[in-house]
Amino acid sequence: MKRRTFLLGTAAVAGGLALGYRVWSAGFDAQAAALAGTGTGAGALLAGWVKIGADDVVTVYVPHADMGQGTHTALAMMLADELDADWARVRTERAPADKAFANRFLAQGWVLQGWQLPSFLTSTVGAGFAEAARFINLQITGGSTAVRFTGQGLRVVGAAARSMLAEAAARRWQVDAKTLSVASSVVSHPPSGRSARFGELAADAATLTAPSDPQLKARRDHKLIGRSLPRLDVPAKVTGEMQYGIDLSLPDMLHAAVRSAPVHGGKLVAIDVAPALKFDGVERVVKLESSVAVVAKSFWQARRALDALHPVFDDGGNGGASTRTHFDQQARMLADGKASSVHRSGDAEAMLKAAPADRIVEATYRVPFLHHAAMEPINATAQFKKGELIVWAGEQDALGSKAALAASLGLAADKVTLHALPIGGAFGRRIAQTSQHLALVAEIAKVVSPRPVKMIWTREEDFAQGAYRPAVSTYIRAALGADGRPTAWSQVYVDLAGPGRREGYQIPYDIPAQSLNVVAGKTHVRTGTWRSVAHSQHAFYTECFMDELAAAAGRDPFEYRRDLLPTGSRLRKVLELAAEKAEWAKPLAPGAARGLALVESFGTIVAHVIEASLGADGSPQVHRVTAAVDCGDVCHPDNATAQVEGAIIMGLSAAIGEQITIEQGEVVQKNFPDYPLLTFANAPPRIDVHFLASDGPWGGLGEPGLPPVAPALANAMFAISGKRQRILPLTAAA
Amino acid sequence: MINLTVNGQQHAVDADPDKPLLWVLREDLGLTGTKYGCGVAACGACTVHVDGEAARSCSLPLRSVAKAAIVTIEGLAASTALPAGQLHPVQDAWIRGQVPQCGYCQSGMIMTVAALLDKNASPTPGEIDSALGNLCRCGTYARVRKAIQSLVAKA
Repeated sequence: MKRRTFLLGTAAVAGGLALGYRVWSAGFDAQAAALAGTGTGAGALLAGWVKIGADDVVTVYVPHADMGQGTHTALAMMLADELDADWARVRTERAPADKAFANRFLAQGWVLQGWQLPSFLTSTVGAGFAEAARFINLQITGGSTAVRFTGQGLRVVGAAARSMLAEAAARRWQVDAKTLSVASSVVSHPPSGRSARFGELAADAATLTAPSDPQLKARRDHKLIGRSLPRLDVPAKVTGEMQYGIDLSLPDMLHAAVRSAPVHGGKLVAIDVAPALKFDGVERVVKLESSVAVVAKSFWQARRALDALHPVFDDGGNGGASTRTHFDQQARMLADGKASSVHRSGDAEAMLKAAPADRIVEATYRVPFLHHAAMEPINATAQFKKGELIVWAGEQDALGSKAALAASLGLAADKVTLHALPIGGAFGRRIAQTSQHLALVAEIAKVVSPRPVKMIWTREEDFAQGAYRPAVSTYIRAALGADGRPTAWSQVYVDLAGPGRREGYQIPYDIPAQSLNVVAGKTHVRTGTWRSVAHSQHAFYTECFMDELAAAAGRDPFEYRRDLLPTGSRLRKVLELAAEKAEWAKPLAPGAARGLALVESFGTIVAHVIEASLGADGSPQVHRVTAAVDCGDVCHPDNATAQVEGAIIMGLSAAIGEQITIEQGEVVQKNFPDYPLLTFANAPPRIDVHFLASDGPWGGLGEPGLPPVAPALANAMFAISGKRQRILPLTAAA
Repeated sequence: MINLTVNGQQHAVDADPDKPLLWVLREDLGLTGTKYGCGVAACGACTVHVDGEAARSCSLPLRSVAKAAIVTIEGLAASTALPAGQLHPVQDAWIRGQVPQCGYCQSGMIMTVAALLDKNASPTPGEIDSALGNLCRCGTYARVRKAIQSLVAKA
């Protein structure tokens, strides 16, 4: 870790030490404070607290949502390792959605280390606050950032706290702190045999000034980092005790079922509320601009009454839209050439013009809208009382969602409280940019004020009102030299997030002339961030087209890619490891074949080799997936493996059978039966995940396992049948 | 009032006879370990035991289970002859195998597996896959299979 100034603030808590930190230069502090317009002085912008109680319990406040990534445990391990804490006494708590807990390590990672702010954040807040948000308002769970950014910061906090506890002991015993040793939450002085528990030292430590540059351990000295400790969240998840947002119960709480305009952007035109009022338990029907809500004593009563209503919504002028019109429009955009450049090296267009026709390969690819389909349907609880709004919800970006909510309701930020709860899966759905469900429950809460109201979306509503992975397409041309190597690559792609997004398009191979261009597509359908965001489509385009080039050159797809990557590069090593572990060259039974793909995303490089055959209906049957991963250091190997396994399953599910389609402006798919997720019956019998021993920087892991899945499978299908699949899902083309 | 036996306890429930068992458990009895996922018996998140059989509680009207013995995730361990405070072997295997990610589907998954193993202590991989129609969006399928195999090997 680079040396920089760490200013640590301490605060005495009841009998213990609470430690926050600032990893910020004075300039950034001043800038952030000025942009926020809050007059926040030095020391006010603290984040990432650790608390050490008189009872020795070390509480780590984690500024990320728990939605299954296991990062609460990993982050606590990172802090506890540097602290030399007794792991049995370490707990985690979700940091409150308060600016004091803004995750400045994310901002540091993105801004100071030259990472671009991920595109999904740029429109999460109003323009006036956007710049401030870039610096201080980050508490998001996304971008596969927890371990690689937040965790590095928490290590510093742990090291600082350790140093302060040792210093407190040194003063008490009047010895040199260098003669002390710290292990398992005990500071000891071997020469005199004296020792003290953290809990006995915490109050004294809280009076000390935090060190400006605490020393981090070398990798070989880690005691927790690198071990697969049992995750702290697992026990409550096998006993049914885990309380998700949907499980919340408050005194005097009402329940709401809602239906919103099925054509996104539509408005409620007419409704006869009388039929709902006849049902037991119904308190009232709430008419909103684009929705109708039935409020009742129980959710089931509310839902049953809602089903008796026939609200009339308009279509906002989008009733003629369909999947076909959507892609027809994109085909015209790709053809008319009015794109803006995102990357240019050499003169690809001139080289393509000069190349003989038989050395040119061209293709069009497209991917569908995808639903997040988290197992916990969207839900949220709100109470509007004395001009203040309190919301309880599972949100990935509690601070961002809180700011968006305040803005949409015209409330001052300090009149909104958001209690962030564990989430039954989110995958990018529950970020501030697409948190319209929070505004909806807040509007209902206003009407039933001061009673709290819990809104649950039926699975049908969850499908209809999603924020889908954009349905987009691309057109690519490449020229091959006499030796079969690509000399020029020219691509134009549609991005519904606009031309500003610079994510996912990278071509890592040695292709001298590259011209990458984006055209901004349009749709009335709400789109959002879906696990791995723009990488989910770009990996499919790039890695399938690379396979086409290999085939056109008459080369093996593995060797072709390898020869276009520098010897000894991380990318090449990952590709080679995947091929080796998957036994790339070993013959398979007739009808089976392997495909591969290599993708870097969120600071991590992943290659998958997928072994598959085709069923009688032409649909892919996956037998084995071999993953090779370089994410730098690995904090928790078992959980890291679980994240990659899960990403592979989700990637296969999407690649094989998922798509949201649009007819008459509405989403066609209503529930799981018409949106087939991968099941046990078609999950691959074998998944092997291999981590490359790497000295690269820490990378993310929640998302990077996903992007290479679809192209690796499509490439395997080509290897089997000789037929190229350029449209997802793969069953649609079968 | 409808009398209902859940986790060995009798409850007099004042709810509409058409109300699905899922919502009776969650709203009337406060047993929120059983989850709502789809409402159409397609995902398995709401799986409970009805007279020892795995059943999807979102699609069982209260009236249909009035005479049945119902076990939910909260009562699974106690439904066996294990000493109080001990986990059911399936729950234990889930911890050893670090199966859950978000965990939302796992109550239903565990209930389905417990019922399967009650009937068939050593299912084949094919029998496991066909008995488990439960959906998991986090993609824990490989770990679920491994955790079951660890129990089968023991049996």
